[in-house]
Amino acid sequence: MSESTVCQAGVEQDAMVQNPDPLVLAFCCNWCAYTAADLAGTSRLQYPPFVRIVRFMCTGMIHPNLIIDALTKGADGVIVCGCHPGDCHYIEGNVRMKSRAEAIELMLEDFGLEPERFRLEWVGASEGVKFAHVMRDMTRQIQDLPPSPYRTD
Amino acid sequence: MGTDNAAKGNPIGAALVVGGGVGGMQAALDLAENGIMVYLVESRPSIGGVMPQLDKTFPTGDCSMCTLAPRLVEVGRHPNIELISYAEVKSFAGEPGKFKAIVRKKARYVDEKKCVGCGDCWGKCPQKKHGPPSEFDAGLVRRSAIYRPYPQAIPNIATLDRESCLYFQTGKCRICEKLCKAKAIDFDMKDEEITLDVGAAILAPGYEIFDARERQELGYGRFPNVVTALEFERFLSPSGPTGGEVVRPSDGEHPKKLAYIQCVGSRDEERNYCSSVCCMYATKGALVAKEHDPDLHATIFYIDIRAFGKSFGIYYERARRLGVRYVRCRPSSIKQVPGTKNLKIRYFAENGDILSEEFDMVVLSVGLRPPKDAGRLMEVFGVDSNEYGFCAVSVFSPVESSREGVFVCGTFSEPRDISETVTQASGAASKALGILSEARNTRLPAPREIPPELDVKGAAPRVGVFVCHCGTNIAGVVNVPEVVEYAQGLSDVVHAENFAYACSNDAMEAIKSSIQEHGLNRVVVASCTPRTHENLFRKTLPERGLNPFLFEMANIRDQCSWVHKEEPLLATRKAKDLVRMAVAKARLLEPLERQSIEVTGNALVIGGGVSGMAASLAIAAQGFDVHLVEKEPLLGGNFRRVSSLLGADDPRSKLKDMVEKVHRNDRISVYTGSFVSSLDGFVGNFKSTITGPNGQRELSHGAVVVATGAVEHSPKQYLYGESGLVATQLELEAILEDEQRVRGLKSVVMIQCVGSRTKDRPYCSRMCCAVAVKNALRIKEISPVTEVFVLYQDMRTYGFKEAYYKKAREKGVIFLRYEQEEEPSVVVGNGALSVSMRDLVLDMPVSIPADLLVLSAAIDPRPESKAVMEMLKLPIAPDGFFLEAHLKMRPVDFAVDGVFVCGLAHLPKLAQSCIAQAEAVGARVGAILSRKRIALDANISQVVDENCDGCAFCVDTCPFKAIHVLEYKFKGGIKKTVETNEAVCKGCGNCQATCPKKGIYVKGFTMDQLNAVIEAALVRETADVQTRATL
Repeated sequence: MSESTVCQAGVEQDAMVQNPDPLVLAFCCNWCAYTAADLAGTSRLQYPPFVRIVRFMCTGMIHPNLIIDALTKGADGVIVCGCHPGDCHYIEGNVRMKSRAEAIELMLEDFGLEPERFRLEWVGASEGVKFAHVMRDMTRQIQDLPPSPYRTD
Repeated sequence: MGTDNAAKGNPIGAALVVGGGVGGMQAALDLAENGIMVYLVESRPSIGGVMPQLDKTFPTGDCSMCTLAPRLVEVGRHPNIELISYAEVKSFAGEPGKFKAIVRKKARYVDEKKCVGCGDCWGKCPQKKHGPPSEFDAGLVRRSAIYRPYPQAIPNIATLDRESCLYFQTGKCRICEKLCKAKAIDFDMKDEEITLDVGAAILAPGYEIFDARERQELGYGRFPNVVTALEFERFLSPSGPTGGEVVRPSDGEHPKKLAYIQCVGSRDEERNYCSSVCCMYATKGALVAKEHDPDLHATIFYIDIRAFGKSFGIYYERARRLGVRYVRCRPSSIKQVPGTKNLKIRYFAENGDILSEEFDMVVLSVGLRPPKDAGRLMEVFGVDSNEYGFCAVSVFSPVESSREGVFVCGTFSEPRDISETVTQASGAASKALGILSEARNTRLPAPREIPPELDVKGAAPRVGVFVCHCGTNIAGVVNVPEVVEYAQGLSDVVHAENFAYACSNDAMEAIKSSIQEHGLNRVVVASCTPRTHENLFRKTLPERGLNPFLFEMANIRDQCSWVHKEEPLLATRKAKDLVRMAVAKARLLEPLERQSIEVTGNALVIGGGVSGMAASLAIAAQGFDVHLVEKEPLLGGNFRRVSSLLGADDPRSKLKDMVEKVHRNDRISVYTGSFVSSLDGFVGNFKSTITGPNGQRELSHGAVVVATGAVEHSPKQYLYGESGLVATQLELEAILEDEQRVRGLKSVVMIQCVGSRTKDRPYCSRMCCAVAVKNALRIKEISPVTEVFVLYQDMRTYGFKEAYYKKAREKGVIFLRYEQEEEPSVVVGNGALSVSMRDLVLDMPVSIPADLLVLSAAIDPRPESKAVMEMLKLPIAPDGFFLEAHLKMRPVDFAVDGVFVCGLAHLPKLAQSCIAQAEAVGARVGAILSRKRIALDANISQVVDENCDGCAFCVDTCPFKAIHVLEYKFKGGIKKTVETNEAVCKGCGNCQATCPKKGIYVKGFTMDQLNAVIEAALVRETADVQTRATL
C-alpha cells in the first residue's frame, strides 16, 4: 500500500509508529454509535481498517469484565461509543457506562496497561463524521503505544 | 370529494392498487398490514418502477437498489398482496366500498407458476443482441425477446415479448422452449381477463420522462454524447451496461468535462411546471460522477436551484464545495464539434454576454410528465385530470381524486421525489382505510403454512454463511470469493456461498434451499447493516422451519468496504474477521420466542394545527379514538393566520370546516389549552398526562403522533422590530385583509431567505417562495398599481407552483436576484424605507423605495417540541427538526415503534404536503391499532434463578423499573431472586452489566455470546502473509 492511500484513511505510516497493525475493538450501542458507524459508511468517510465493531443494544449493557477480558486477551485497545448524555435510547444506560468506565480506568494499571488503551466517547446517530474521526484518532493513539503485552501472535 | 359518507355498510375488504413503483408498493404494504386484501396491478412484467434503475438516491447517497430491494421482497412475499403484473385495468365500475374492476393480463408466454427465473432461456435467446432496446437500461443496450427486466425483479420470472420473438415473427425458433427445464414456456398462452371485487382503488402509475427529442436544439438523438439523466444513471450504476463506468457513447472514453442542462421539458411554454426532482438528481449525478473520477469537471446549467427538501440544502452546498460548478442560465443550443464529437454549449451569462463552452458529454435533466397511458387510465377510473395532464387533486385533499373511493399518490398527481411519493402512498392507503376499515381481515387468504419449527436445542451447530457482493458496493473492495472460502474453514460452518445481492428474492430462495440441503441450523449473512436488513432475513428462516433468531449478520459494507475503499487487502482481512465474529456468535444462538401484548386501540395526537387535525381525522375515520392535545385555546395552529392560498379558495372557511369536523367527531376528544406533561410507554401501551385548564388527566393509548409544528423565525436584521414598515410574511397575511391599506401602498419589497440558507440554518424553509408569490399576486389583485419587488436567491416554486411564479411576472411583480454573499441592505429615512442591492443583470447597485418591507423569515423548529423529544427519546436532525426513521422509505415513522411525525415538526412545508403527511400517519397508526395484540421484541432480559441471590443490584439499575425482588421457600429456607416484567423490559442490558453473578442476561446478547464475539475478534490470522506484507 502506498503511503498516500494510507494517509487517506487518516493513519500516517511512519517509522515512529510503534504498532503498525493494531487491533482496536469498538463497542458500539445500537442506536447512536452503531448508526453513526453506518452513516460513516453511507458517507464513504474513511478510517483505518484496524477497528472491529461489536454491536451492543446499549453501552449500559457492557459488563466491565468484557472490556477487561478483551484487553487482557490481546486487544491493543478498546473504545466504547454510546449516545450523548440525555440521548440514551434507554434513558441512562450511557451514564451507567460512564461510572463503570471510571472504575475500569482505575483497574488498568493493575493489569500493567496504559490508560490510553481504553476510551469512552459519545457519538450521536447523525455524527458519521465524528465517528470516523474518533476511529482515526483512537487508532493513532493505539499505534503510538507498543503492541499489547497480552498479545500472543 | 371527501370520504366522510363513503362507508355505506359492508364494504369489500379488498383494494386495487394500480402501479407497482415505490408508491404503489408502499400503498399496497400499508393496506396489507391493515388487514386489507390488495391486488397490485402493474403494466410492466415486474414491479419496482424507476427506483431500480437509479444508482444512488439524494441526499443520503444510499444505493437505490439496496433501499428498495427489501421492499420488493416484502411485497413479493406478503400474504395479503396478490401481484398481477404485465396487466392493465380495462374497466372500473361501482361505488365506494363496492367496485368491480376488470383486469386484462397480457400473455407472457411463460407460466408464472412454473418459471423459476433460472435464466437459461434469456441467456440463449438468439435475439439477445438484436432485440428491442432494454427498458431497464434506458435503451442503452438491447435485450433478448424473452427476458427478465432486471436481476432483482419481482416476480423473478421470464416474460416473452411477442413483438421481437423470432418464433412469433418468422414461425421458427422455440429455442427457449427446448431449454426450459421447468417446462414453463407456453406459446399458446392467451390474454386473460380477470374480475376483481374491491372496496377502493389507489392510482400510482408514476410518470414517464420527457422525450428529449422534442427539444431538437439540444441535439439528443442526433449527437451521441448528449444523453438523458436516466441514461446517465445507468452509466453510473454498477448494474448498468458499463458496470458503473461513465463513458461517452461515441468512443467509450471517460468524459473529463461534463455538463448537466436543467429544465429540459420543464418550465417551458408547453409545460408550465417544475419537475421538482431534477435539481437534486443532477447534483447527485454530478457528485457521484466526481466520486468515480475526481478529476472530472461537472457543470450544471440551471435557472433556479430548487433544493427544498430535508437535508437538500446541505447536500447542494457540499456539491458546490466539492467543485461542482453551477452556472445560472438556460443554454439556447448545443452544437457538435466535428471530429471529437464534443459539444459546444452556447449560453447567455446573467449579465447578457454570449458565451460558448465545450464539453465532452452533456446530460439533459429531463422532466417528469404523466405516463402515456394516463389519459386512458383516468377515463377508465372516471377521474379528472388537471391542466397539465396529471391527475387532479386539491390542497386539502392531496390524495383524493375527483371520484369518491379512488385515491391517488406519487407523481401521478404532481412531480415529486421518492420520500413524498412514499408519504402520499401511505396517505392514500389511509384514506382508503377510511372506507374499508370495518372490512379489515374479511378477504384475506388463509394463513400461509409455516412448517413446524425444528428443534435445534442440543444439536451441534451447522452454520451457513452467505456473503453479499452488493453489486460492487462490497465486491468492488472486498475479495468476496476469498471471504467465502475462508468462511468454509470456520468451525461448524457447513456451507458458504456468495450472492450478487443477498437481499434479492433469488438469493432468499437460495438461502432457503441451502437450509434444507445442508441441514443448516444457524444462518449468517455478511452484507450490510442489521439495522435495515436483519428483519428481512429473519423472516425468511421460519419458511424452512428455523427459528428467526438463529440468525446473525456481519456488516461488511457500511462498516468495511465503504470505509476502507483504498485498502482492499486489509478490508478483505477485516471482512473475514467480521464473518468469524458473526459465526462465533451464531454458534451460540438459541431459539427465542416473541411474547405478545395487548394494544390499547387509540392514539394521542400532540398538536392541533392542520397536520394534527388531519392526522386525528384520518385515524378516527378508521374507527379508532383519538386524544388531540393543543396548547393554544383554539385549534388551527399557524394556519389560523393564513388569509389566502395558492390553488384553493378561502382558507379560512376550509379551516373552519376542518375544526368543526374535529369537534363534531365523536371519536376525537379535544384538549385545548393543554399540554402533555408526561409521556412514556411503548408501542401499543403508552401512558401520558395531559395538563390543562381543568387540571390533569391520565390517558392510555396505543400510538403517539407528534404534530407539534414550527414557528416563524423573528428576524434580527432589516430593521425588523425597529421600523413599523417591516413585517414578516405571516404578518403580511393580516395586512392583506385591510384592502384599504394595501391600496395606499406604492411599493412593497419582499426579501427571501431571511434566516434560511445560512450557516445557522442551512435548510431551505421551503414555503417562503410560494408564499411570497402568493402574497405578491394578492397585492396586485387588490392594487394593480402597487409595485412589488421580490428579492431572491433561487425562486423555489416547485411543481405546479411554477405557474403562479410566471403569473406574478406577467402581472408585473419584479423579481430581482441577489447573491447569498451580498444580502440587500435597508435604510430608513423620512418615514420611508430604501432597500439597496446589486442588480446582477445591470451589474450595478440599485435602491428601491419601499413603504412596506416584507421578510420571508425562516421557519424554526418549535422550542416546546423539545419536551416531547425528551419524554420519548426521539432523534433530532442537525437542522433541529425531528428525524424520521429513513429519509426516503420511512418518512413519517420514528425509529421508536408506535411514534409518528407529521407536518412542520418534520420540516417546513406547505399545507398540502402537511395534510398528505398527516394522512400517511393515519395508515401507519392504523396498522398498530387494528391489531388486538402485537408481538414484543424477543431480545429481553431473562433471570437465571440458580445464579441469582437476590442482591437487587439490577433492580436499582433498571431504567424501566422492570425488575423486582421475589422471595420463595426453597429447601426449607427462603430463596431470594428477581423477576422481570416482559412487557416493560426493553432489553437494554443494564441489569446484565451490573450483575456480579451472571444471574440475569439479555436474550441474543448473553455474556457467553458476547465473549465469543470478542474472542473471535482477537484471533489474528497469521496466515495473512500477503496482508501483513502490505503494512
